[in-house]
Amino acid sequence: MTTVLTPPTTTPGRTRRIVRRVTSPWTYAGLIAILAGSAFPVYWSLVVSSQTNEAVGSVPPVLLPGGHLFENIARVFDETDFALALGNSLIVAGTITVSVVLFSTLAGFAFAKMRFRGRTALLLVVVATQAIPTELGVVPLYMMMADLGWAGQLQAVIVPGLVTAFGVFYMRQYFEHALPLELLEAGRMDGCGPLRLFWHVALPTARPAAAVLGLFTFMQAWNDFFWPLVVLVPENPTVQTALSTLASGYTTDYTLVLTAATIGTIPVLVVFLLFGRQIVGGIMQGALKG
Amino acid sequence: MASPGTLSRADRRHKWSVKLSPFGFISPYFLIFGIFGLFPLLYTAFVSLQKRNLLDADAATFIGFGNYERLLLHDPYFWNAMGNTVSLWLMTTIPQILFALGIAHLLNRRLRGRTLFRMGMILPNITSVAAVTIIFAQLFGRDFGLVNWVLSWFGAGEVDWQAGTASSHTAIAAMVVWRWTGYHALIFLASMQAIPSTMYEAATLDGANGWQQFWRITVPLLRPQIIFSTVIATTGNMRLLAEPLLFNPGTAAATGGSDRQFQTAALYLYEQGFTKYDFGYSSAIALVLAVVTMLVAGLSYLVTRRIQTD
Repeated sequence: MTTVLTPPTTTPGRTRRIVRRVTSPWTYAGLIAILAGSAFPVYWSLVVSSQTNEAVGSVPPVLLPGGHLFENIARVFDETDFALALGNSLIVAGTITVSVVLFSTLAGFAFAKMRFRGRTALLLVVVATQAIPTELGVVPLYMMMADLGWAGQLQAVIVPGLVTAFGVFYMRQYFEHALPLELLEAGRMDGCGPLRLFWHVALPTARPAAAVLGLFTFMQAWNDFFWPLVVLVPENPTVQTALSTLASGYTTDYTLVLTAATIGTIPVLVVFLLFGRQIVGGIMQGALKG
Repeated sequence: MASPGTLSRADRRHKWSVKLSPFGFISPYFLIFGIFGLFPLLYTAFVSLQKRNLLDADAATFIGFGNYERLLLHDPYFWNAMGNTVSLWLMTTIPQILFALGIAHLLNRRLRGRTLFRMGMILPNITSVAAVTIIFAQLFGRDFGLVNWVLSWFGAGEVDWQAGTASSHTAIAAMVVWRWTGYHALIFLASMQAIPSTMYEAATLDGANGWQQFWRITVPLLRPQIIFSTVIATTGNMRLLAEPLLFNPGTAAATGGSDRQFQTAALYLYEQGFTKYDFGYSSAIALVLAVVTMLVAGLSYLVTRRIQTD
């Protein structure tokens, strides 16, 4: 008995593997059911995308894909401005991602590795502003955009998104642990000024964290709904505001709307399939908010 | 060369660049955030003291706490929206945390295909709220919806989900819970994996069954993550807007149903500000909602903090 209770001498993972009971089939059954529940709405939107409206409006409902997917996709691009929306979303999400990653890395590096007056206080400001809901300021922000003549235009969505407190904090945490001072010192001995130090020493080190931050920023910017809805006009939409316009028509063309929803989900789905492991890892570190 | 004690021009320039560059590095963030983040936030308080309509910008007048008086004392729609907000907060936050604990518990076993399962849990979270809501609105359709079809097997198929308060809240809560449970489950899973297995072995020797171990060991040790998740979920769920807006699209969208059955406070803010252009009133709603959200988040912090730690 006492042998069981002594602390593990091997690595924790290995010990756990020896001691744990065999996983029961019920666990798998439960997890597969949850997995099916997670995937079902996305699957079902694909089913509707490949059917005709007559088939969708029938009882019992259709549960398997039909043969009308390409016909519906063609309809989305012929009958709506969805191509424009996709292009707009790419511009918005792309610009925001590049900018957030660059400025967060710059500021995160300064906060982690440089000494300057007011550093602690300023970092505290960054952390505190993370908690403030942006919805609170939409009315004045809209007034500013109207004054600048930006209402209805993409820069109204892009510019406020160019920086995030979360990004700065995230990169700062990364540099704090991942960039050894010796490396910076070596760079200084070689005569690097601050900017070259950042460019040649810090930036290469930051690549893994910058990639994760970039993934999340892209997905968030792509999926953002409220602010684009407020400041853009239906004639110049992002994917999300185009979906809301499509869904609020008087006669709802379900296959059209859900085909558009499916198309609008594909870019994040692709990112997710390529980098799902990193995304899951980022969330499990508790560092990333969706 | 310069004499000892003084610096050459190049040295001096270097010294200044070392001194100033940190500020250069952080200034893009503070500049952009200051103008487009912080300023609007503070200016909201000022706008909320005005009678101010977008369509009549020159006629903005200072009316003190007039908007607040109207909002808190004479506006039944606001209280209706606040009630819906609190109802939806309860119906989303509590199931989210409980389901996430259960799912994390299942995921915390020896599993084949771990990555697949974990990715599956987070799939709902990466899909956009607009797409999700449109899909769910279809699933919860009255005549041809899948949910009603399944319910009809049990003899209860004719629910008009958009029409009732309880039914619409259930449908909206379902999409929020669907979207966020996996995210919280992964956060819980990460801390569960740090619990040493010897604790469970000792409990097994003491005769505790799986259920007891879960509630007496796992849950108490997860207290910090449960607090974090509850507070995050609270601040998110107190400002639901896209879900009620798109759940019943059409003319009644901004009112959250024909009878405001599912209009949340955030949606009411949107209705007043951006369909009626009453900016002063909308700003007052924004501030009241922010204060209430902080109070509710504080409350959920206090409640989750009381989880037993032996």
